[in-house]
Amino acid sequence: MTVTGTDLLLEATGVSKTYGAVVALKSASLAVRPGEVHALMGANGAGKSTLVKILTGAVHPDTGTIAVRGRERVVHSPAEARRGGLVSVYQEPALIPDLDIRSNLRLTETPIEPFRHWLRELGLVDLDLSSMARRVPLASLRIIDLARALAIEPDVLMLDEMTAALPANLTEKVLEVVGRLRGGDRSVIFISHRLIEIAAVCDRATVLREGETVGVVDVTEGSEERIVELMLGQAVEALSAQPEGAAGRQIPAGATPRLTVRGLSHGTKLHDASFELYPGEVLGVVALEGQGQDELFNILAGSERPSEGELLVDGSPVSFRHPADAIRAGLVYVAADRAEALLMQRSVRENIALPFTTRIRSWGPIDLSGERKRVDTAIATLQIDTRARGEVRRLSGGNQQKVTIARWVAGGVRTMLCFDPTRGIDIRTKSQIYVLLRDLAASGAAVLLYTSELKEVQLACDRAIVIFGGRVVAEIAVEDADEPALLRAAYNLRSDARMPEHLAAEAVAEADAAAEAAAEADR
Amino acid sequence: MSAAAAAVDDARARPADAAMAFVRRNGWTLGLLAFLAVLLVYTRAIQPTYGVTGIQGLAISVLPLALASVGQAIVVISGGIDLSIGSMMALTSVVAASQMKGQGEEFGVGIVIAVLALGLLLGAINGSLVVLTRVPDIVVTLAMSFVWAGCALLVLKTPGGGAAVWLKELVKGSLVNEWVPKAAIALVIIVAVIWLPVQRSRLGLSLYAIGSNQLAAFRSGVSVGRTKLASYMLTGLFAALAGLSLTANTGIGTPVPGPYTLTSVAAVVLGGVSLAGGRGGVAGPIVAVVILQLLRSDMTFLNVNTNLATVANGVILIGVVMFGSLIQMRRARA
Repeated sequence: MTVTGTDLLLEATGVSKTYGAVVALKSASLAVRPGEVHALMGANGAGKSTLVKILTGAVHPDTGTIAVRGRERVVHSPAEARRGGLVSVYQEPALIPDLDIRSNLRLTETPIEPFRHWLRELGLVDLDLSSMARRVPLASLRIIDLARALAIEPDVLMLDEMTAALPANLTEKVLEVVGRLRGGDRSVIFISHRLIEIAAVCDRATVLREGETVGVVDVTEGSEERIVELMLGQAVEALSAQPEGAAGRQIPAGATPRLTVRGLSHGTKLHDASFELYPGEVLGVVALEGQGQDELFNILAGSERPSEGELLVDGSPVSFRHPADAIRAGLVYVAADRAEALLMQRSVRENIALPFTTRIRSWGPIDLSGERKRVDTAIATLQIDTRARGEVRRLSGGNQQKVTIARWVAGGVRTMLCFDPTRGIDIRTKSQIYVLLRDLAASGAAVLLYTSELKEVQLACDRAIVIFGGRVVAEIAVEDADEPALLRAAYNLRSDARMPEHLAAEAVAEADAAAEAAAEADR
Repeated sequence: MSAAAAAVDDARARPADAAMAFVRRNGWTLGLLAFLAVLLVYTRAIQPTYGVTGIQGLAISVLPLALASVGQAIVVISGGIDLSIGSMMALTSVVAASQMKGQGEEFGVGIVIAVLALGLLLGAINGSLVVLTRVPDIVVTLAMSFVWAGCALLVLKTPGGGAAVWLKELVKGSLVNEWVPKAAIALVIIVAVIWLPVQRSRLGLSLYAIGSNQLAAFRSGVSVGRTKLASYMLTGLFAALAGLSLTANTGIGTPVPGPYTLTSVAAVVLGGVSLAGGRGGVAGPIVAVVILQLLRSDMTFLNVNTNLATVANGVILIGVVMFGSLIQMRRARA
C-alpha cells in the first residue's frame, strides 16, 4: 500500500541526534496514518526514547524534519508539541504532586467534562477532583494522565509504556479505549514492551535498531516473530572469544546456594520472583527495561525492603534494613551509575579503601600501611590506570567502574551484585571486567550480573534467568543464551531453547505458570 | 482509593465536613494562629497594659519583615530561594528616601511607583541570571546581595533622606476601629491586590508546579524559565514594598541591610512553606513573622538577655519545624 505524504498525520524523516561521541539516532523515520494505532518498537538502546523526546520537543534533533498533517513543525517544548496536536502520556505521571487534580487540569487547560467522560470510560468512577495528586495511588494517576490527554482531543496521542505496572483490570480498560480510537481521524503512537498488547491494539509497527528505522510491519497474527527479527537484525558478531574457563559449569548436586530468593515481591514491579545463586557461578539476569530488575537489585543490596518473600544467604534467612546489613552478609553492589558509588573528588586509594577500612579498625587512626598493601593489590589485579589517581572523577568511565569493583575485591568479596556494570564503557575495559568477574567466580565467589546488552550474557555467564513483569519467566543455559533466544525470552515469547535435562522440566513448568499469569495480567 | 475518595465526596456534601477538609488543608496556618492567640493572651497576662498601642506598634514593626517574607515565600514555593531580599530592601529604601527628601507630596507618588518598578527590575536581574546562567539560585542571589548592598551605599553613604508625609501616615495609627492598625490593613491590601490574583491565575499554578516537580511541570506545558523569572520579579516587587515600608516607618533610608534575609527564610520555614518547594502559602509566613516579633518583645519585657532571646528564637524555629515534620510523618504512616 502506498501512502502519499499529505495523507499522513505525523511524519518524521531522517531524524538524527548525537550526544558527544555517542550516536543516539542515526536516521530514524516514523509515519503515522490517521486513525491508526502505531507501535514504536526497539530493544534497549535502539534510540526509541530519544525519538520520543524529539517528537515531544524535549530534545532537538541534529537533522531531520517532523511534519504534522503535512505541515512541517519545529517543536521546542512539550507546550509547543501540545499546541501542534501531539500530547504524550509518560511512564511516570506528569501530574504535579502538590496541586489537586482540578488545578492540574487547569494547568494544562483541560476541559473538565470531557475529562470526566474519559475517566468513566477508563473505569475510574469515584475520583474526587479536589484530592491532592500526591495522595492519589500511582495506577489512578496514570489513568488520570491518560484521561487528561484524551480530553484535549489531540491529533496524535503518544503512550510511552503507559500500561507498565498498571493492574490487569485497568490495563484492559486502557487497551479497550485505545482500540476504540482506531478508525477515527486521530492516531496513537503506542510504545510497550508487551508484544501481546501490540498484537491486541496496533495496526502497524515501526521498528528501530541502532538508531535507525529498520522496518515497518503490519501487525497481524504471527507478526511478533517478524518484529523481533527486525529488532535483532543480522546476528551480531561476538565481542571476542569467550574468556577462558567461562561458562556452563555444572552446579554440583546438593550444593548450598549462596543466595536463595523465594517469592520476592515489591510494590507493583516485582511479583513472586524466585531463583538461586550458587558459589562459583556467574548468573546472568536478563530483562527489558522496568521489569522489576531495579527493585530486585535494590532489595538484594539492602536499600529497599521487599513487601513479601524471603532471602536466604548460605541457607539461613536474612533481612536487610540497610545496605550495611547486606555488606555484612557478604552481598556487595556494583551500580551502573558510577556516581552512585564513588566519592568523585577523592583519590583512587580512598575510594577503594572506603568500605573495608571500617572493618580493619572501627576506632582510632586508619592503619595506613595495611590499607596501602590491600589497595595496591587490588589496583594491580584490576589493572586500573592510575595516572589520574588523585581524583576519581578524572578517570575514564571504565576505570571508574574498575575502582568500584576493586573496592570489593580488596575486601574479599563473597557475593557480588552487578547491575549493568558495563553501561557506557569501552569494549576493552568491558572484556577486562568480564574476565575479572569470571576470575571471581573461579575463586569461589558468586556473581549476579544484570546486563542490558544481551550479547554479553554468553561472554560472562554460566546461566541466565529472564525476568518479565516482575517474575522469573525462564532459565537459559549459557550455550543456548544467544541474542535471539534471550530477546524472545525477554519479551516472554515461547523460546525453543534447549536446557539441561534436570532443569528442563522444572523450568518449563515455571515458565508456563509465569506465562499464564502474565497473559492473565494482560487480558 | 475508592474508600478514601468516597469519603471526600461525602465530605463535600456536608458543610461541617467541608469545614474539616478546610482545617486539614490549612492545618499549619491555623495551628500558628492558635499559637499566636495563646501568645497574645500570655502577653496580656505579663503586661496588663498591653493594648491598642501594643498592637499598633506590633503591626508597624512587623510590616517590613512580613512583606519580605511574602516575597521569600513566593520564590521558595517555586523551588528557589532569594538571599538578596535584605539588600534589595536597603537599596529600594535608600532610593525612595533620597529622592523624596525635600520634594512635594505628589512627587512622592511618582517616586513610589518608580521604586516599585525598580524592585521588579532587581528581581528580573536576579531571575534572568538564575535562568540563563544555570548557576544555583543560592549562589546567584548571595552574590547579588553584595551587589545590591553596594549600590545602596553608593546611593546614600549614611542613613538619611526623607519620606513624603502621606507615606508615613499610611502605616501610622488606625482606621475605623482603634484596634485595627493601618499597617495591618496595608499588608492585607497589598497581599490581596498582588498575590491573590497571581495565585488564582495560571501563573500561580505554574509557580507551585515548577516548585513541586519541575519535570512534570515541563511536560504539562509550563515554561519553566519564564515562570522562574516571574517568581523572582514578584519577590523583587515585595522586597521593594518592604523597603518602602522601612522608609515609611522611619522616615529615612538606611543603606546597611537589616537582618531581613535570613529572618525571612526562617519565617517562611516556620510558616509551613516547604524549602523543597511546591507547598505552602503566604498567610503562614505572615503569622510566623508576627509570632517571632511578639516573642521578641515579650522577652524584652521580661528582661531576658537579648542574646539569650536570639538563642530562644532559634530553638523555637527548630522545635516547631521538627514538631510539624513529626506530625506529617505520623499522618503519612497512618
